[in-house]
Amino acid sequence: MTQLILFNLLNGLIIGAFYALMALGLSLILNLSGVINFAHGGFLALGGYFAFMLIPYIGFWGALLVAPVLVAAVGLVVERLFIRRLYGRDPLYSLLLTFGLAFIFEDGTRFIWGASTLPFAVPNVLQTPLSLNFFFLTGYRLFMVALVCVVVVGLFLILNRTRLGMRIRAGTSDLETVSVLGVNVRILRNLNFGLGTYMAGLAGVLAAGMLGLQPTIGSALIMPSFVAIIIGGLGSLPGTLLGGLLIGAASGMVTVFYPSASEAVIYAMMGLVLLIRPRGLLGEEGRF
Amino acid sequence: MIKIDKRAASALIWLLLLTMPYWLVWVHGYTALGTRVMVLSLAAMSLNFLLGFTGVLSFGHAAYFGLGVYGMGLTIKYLLPSTLAGMAVGVLAGFVAAAIIGALIVRLRGVYFAMVTIAFGQVFYFIAYRWNNVTGGDDGLSGWRRVPIDLGFTRVDILGNDKALYYLVLLCFAVAVTIMWALLGSPFGRTLLAIRENERRARFLGIPVDRHIWLSWVISCTFCSLAGTLYALLNNFADPHDLRWDQSGDFVIMAVLGGMRSFWGPLIGAAIFVVLQDYVSSQTQNWMSIIGLFFVLVVLFFPRGVLGILRRESAR
Repeated sequence: MTQLILFNLLNGLIIGAFYALMALGLSLILNLSGVINFAHGGFLALGGYFAFMLIPYIGFWGALLVAPVLVAAVGLVVERLFIRRLYGRDPLYSLLLTFGLAFIFEDGTRFIWGASTLPFAVPNVLQTPLSLNFFFLTGYRLFMVALVCVVVVGLFLILNRTRLGMRIRAGTSDLETVSVLGVNVRILRNLNFGLGTYMAGLAGVLAAGMLGLQPTIGSALIMPSFVAIIIGGLGSLPGTLLGGLLIGAASGMVTVFYPSASEAVIYAMMGLVLLIRPRGLLGEEGRF
Repeated sequence: MIKIDKRAASALIWLLLLTMPYWLVWVHGYTALGTRVMVLSLAAMSLNFLLGFTGVLSFGHAAYFGLGVYGMGLTIKYLLPSTLAGMAVGVLAGFVAAAIIGALIVRLRGVYFAMVTIAFGQVFYFIAYRWNNVTGGDDGLSGWRRVPIDLGFTRVDILGNDKALYYLVLLCFAVAVTIMWALLGSPFGRTLLAIRENERRARFLGIPVDRHIWLSWVISCTFCSLAGTLYALLNNFADPHDLRWDQSGDFVIMAVLGGMRSFWGPLIGAAIFVVLQDYVSSQTQNWMSIIGLFFVLVVLFFPRGVLGILRRESAR
């Protein structure tokens, strides 16, 4: 029993780390540009498929490095061509636009790579269980957790230590002033969008190795990411991270006792948070 | 552009709707397609009550639509083989869910509100999807059919007669739309417009903004679940996808496409959308891409919608 609980808790935390990775990218874009990027799941799927194409040539490790960068490049182009036109308009329009893009991404990946689950090879080094008693502790799982940690630390370093990060944070609290101070806001938003989609792409490569690669992989992960942002509090990246891990762990635990409620529980948590603390766990007062 | 008298335009619309089953065949349509347009128009117009006339962005109306769908299906299948009972249950379910969820989210605004409505919408999807032995899970709820309505003095055979179903839908549509029309013309409706235009000013005038938004939300969702019950009747089937976020997006695009700021806009948007979807999905496997592209094009080049553009042209 303990083993079962541990297994599901760990599993939940790993899934939660995915949610967090994806939600952090969404949050970045939402905070700076006020755009809910519905197509984020599409970018995630794209990361997985790019990696799938690259693996025969440069191997898993190469794909892990290159695929997210390619996704970010697509993100930069999409922002430049479509999303940029909608800044400052009713958020309804960017929502609808990214919604349409999500359709196109999902259908496009299905058209190119087929609807069935593709085999996604993870290196053998990462496949073997580390312990016989805890057979579920494969290297891949631990590796994913470690990588997510690295990425999260990296993201916070970028945001807190670099000029770009400083501008993103400043723009999040007052974009107009930042613009007046001579920062090119268009480029800033573009890069920020690229950063967000990079994280989606990375999550996609990892998710493909764990959940299997299919066109709907993104749309399955996007809703929990929204919930993670809401629970953590809009406008707070640490909150988003916390939210992702919390709902992952909660849904993992519920899987042990009542599997069919494993999805519903995260929405129940969201309802509870909205009831008790509408701005989210770590959200700022009065921001939204 | 010729200026059209508003009352004449409304009369023309009602006339067209009343005679739809008869002229639809001339334009290569069929009655069920017309019924579909009417049902989805009702849903889009209910959404627009909130979206266009209160200025609140909901992206989760499929949940309430779907509660109507399943309310109807489950009632006829398990409870009572009566169409009217199904409608009552479906609408009640939508009303209760909207009242509770509305109370939780009414203080949120803008993108935040949109995001929470999207997320809450998914709850019902997962319930329908997971509760296999009652709802049929991913396969949907089948094994039931709409039941002719017995009014005592006469029997309306909505099962065998397509036109009878159309007129039942039109009747519900007319009642719901007239109520919304009357509400929008009342002081309550004017207050909603004031909130849409400038929430802060409305608040300073002493208007209980949150309560008004909650009311508008509940009215909107309730009529949307009425549309859901009719949709279940039309399909003789409850599909979990009726509850999903893509369905919510369809409603929003219908409202935007027709013109959010016009009362009749969503009707036109729904008609265009339904006909397009019907045509595209019969022509190609990749209809999702086409619909997605359609979303993108509408947003980029057509954000005011058909009626919005017509109105601007005639104002010149």
